Amino acid sequence: MRKSKKSADAAARFETEPAEGPLLQVVDLHTHFHTGRGVARAVDGVTLSLERGQTLGVVGESGSGKTVLARSIMGLLPKSNVERTGSILFEGREIIDASNDELRALWGSQMSMVFQDPMTSLNPVMKIGNQITEMILQHLDVSKKYAGELALAQLKAVGIPEAERRLKEYPHQMSGGMRQRIMIAIAIACGPKLLFADEPTTALDVTVQAQILDLLEEQQRERFMAMILVTHDLGVVAGRADEIVVMYAGRIVEKAPTGLLFSDMRHPYTEALLRSIPKLSAPSHSLLQAIGGRPPDIVNPPTGCKFSPRCPYVHEKCTQEEPPLVDATSPDHQFRCWTPVGTPENRAALEANRAAGLESALAVVEDVLPAGVSTATETLPQVTTSHLRGGTINPKGSV
Amino acid sequence: MAGSGTAHLRPSEEALLRIEGLVVEFPVGRSGLKVHAVSDISLDVLPGETLGLVGESGCGKSTTGRAVMQLVRSQAGSVDFEGHDLTKLKGEELRQVRPKLQMIFQDPISSLNPRRRVRDIVREGLDIWKIGDEDARNAKVTEVLEAVGIDPETAGPRRPHEFSGGQCQRISIARAVATEPKLIICDEPVSALDVSVQAQIINLLQDMKDRYGLTLIFIAHDLAVVKNVSDRVAVMYLGKICEVAGPDELYAAPRHPYTAALLSAIPLPDPTVRPKPTEGVGGEIPSPLAPPSGCRFRTRCPAAAEVCAQEEPQVREVGSDHFVACHFPL
Repeated sequence: MRKSKKSADAAARFETEPAEGPLLQVVDLHTHFHTGRGVARAVDGVTLSLERGQTLGVVGESGSGKTVLARSIMGLLPKSNVERTGSILFEGREIIDASNDELRALWGSQMSMVFQDPMTSLNPVMKIGNQITEMILQHLDVSKKYAGELALAQLKAVGIPEAERRLKEYPHQMSGGMRQRIMIAIAIACGPKLLFADEPTTALDVTVQAQILDLLEEQQRERFMAMILVTHDLGVVAGRADEIVVMYAGRIVEKAPTGLLFSDMRHPYTEALLRSIPKLSAPSHSLLQAIGGRPPDIVNPPTGCKFSPRCPYVHEKCTQEEPPLVDATSPDHQFRCWTPVGTPENRAALEANRAAGLESALAVVEDVLPAGVSTATETLPQVTTSHLRGGTINPKGSV
Repeated sequence: MAGSGTAHLRPSEEALLRIEGLVVEFPVGRSGLKVHAVSDISLDVLPGETLGLVGESGCGKSTTGRAVMQLVRSQAGSVDFEGHDLTKLKGEELRQVRPKLQMIFQDPISSLNPRRRVRDIVREGLDIWKIGDEDARNAKVTEVLEAVGIDPETAGPRRPHEFSGGQCQRISIARAVATEPKLIICDEPVSALDVSVQAQIINLLQDMKDRYGLTLIFIAHDLAVVKNVSDRVAVMYLGKICEVAGPDELYAAPRHPYTAALLSAIPLPDPTVRPKPTEGVGGEIPSPLAPPSGCRFRTRCPAAAEVCAQEEPQVREVGSDHFVACHFPL
């Protein structure tokens, strides 16, 4: 299949010299879905930028808008009932208003995506080899024979044993880890500058997860490719991302270089996410610090800070006024909180909430504070929390 | 990892459940081939204990759980539960034992009937077993729903699709404890959930265990989760037992190369620890249609020697309450 005249013209728009500056710049992006219940603000004012060859981790719970963010940037969302405003600059060019033809010139060759579920993202009735060459023939002006050789090289690059044989096989003949490797091979076949990996390892075993993450890292380094790694597991991005953004209710609540985020976290949600991970270093049967309640309804979000109904440090201002994204000690570390973690105001709010018997505040156990965050005073009474295990949730209700 | 042998079993009179020499195989069409899902494993669980069962996909951990429940029948071996060998029971006799064994499944949403109301789902076991009168059953349903943190008033008349994954898992737990079982088999109960919700459900299970005096078999592939909930952990590989020990001991000093590899693959939420690509096991689990001879882990094992291909290692004690099936323990 040759590129149509139309898409070749569209491609020309992006074939001029790349501009200076970051590879990707997203400014005040809003993605709103018009639903029967009202407007769902899935992405609500996100600003970020990504340099060539860097990895950006996007972290949050289900429903925090991280997947919609990735798909909005790539332009993969349906056109009806979706409203995108703001600006997405890829190599300095605006792509938010790009047509499908223009985007098609970008997809695959400039940016591509690895999806979460390797079981359902491959075509079950098409041989692996054809699925890879389809992509190559669509985007590169090469012969069929060369595309076949390229496909083989890709399969070898992603560590598939007996690649020649595998090219002629169907997806059902392979394991989940193998299929995810093929997804990666397809995504990187045309040498994109930006790779989105949307929960690439959530459906896989730990050992395979480690292999896939290593593979992504290796391919990224070899090709000097930028990557946006979307995940709900802070553990996955901790050792691999250069910068992390934490999302909640469609907004960035904290953004920092990885080291700084872990050593000097400011937002209570980041802290709560980290605390809820079971730790190998903790003795067995230690009480996990779950985040009570559930993510907010994005059609009718709470007023003020969106995290305030679940926050142990909530006070009056939080429920009235939404905090802006402000700089911490350095401009590349930003957060959105009135009483950031590690400040005296934060401590005072926690104690006030404990005295008032607020469930989320009582559930906070100090001794698992990560190093560098702890400013705990030893005088605080140890609170019994056994009765709070798991918290109480009302179905469909606000917390 | 081959791991046959019974050295890790405790005296049978103490155990609530004792599995000995369990073998489960599935024929593949008419080819004459068999999937060796579980090959000669032995395990026991004391009353009030939580046994963690870990391993990769395809290691037979779920099949072991289902074989205990007699949801799949075993080809050999025994499953002793309260003095009965479940593998010998049939029909009505087996049915009589069933309410004492319950199961919680991985996918919380599809394990609840979408067309029934929450209250009826939780009540069904009580109705089938005609436990108590109408009022007693209603009281029990209200009690267990409250215990799992679901408001019986507002949630009772609703249907499963109105709840999130975490809430559906709470309802599954309520349903499992309603008939007052002795043993609950939790098959990957938190792997479909977000980290924050996962913590809520783990804490809840722990609570339910204390409250109703339960014994749990906790099947999962996440070692950090298993460490948190278990009193004893068994690591499985390709239908065999590799290592059995207390969680703190197992995680501090793994003796089996496979356990060590599993542990090193866990991503740590700490940016100062760079993941080392050389560690961990390469490749994937071999086909259970034709498992390797001798120790089944030898094809991926960094320490494999000739003896590993010829001789299957037996489970032996290498420390206090620490058992391993390996010719060359770490």
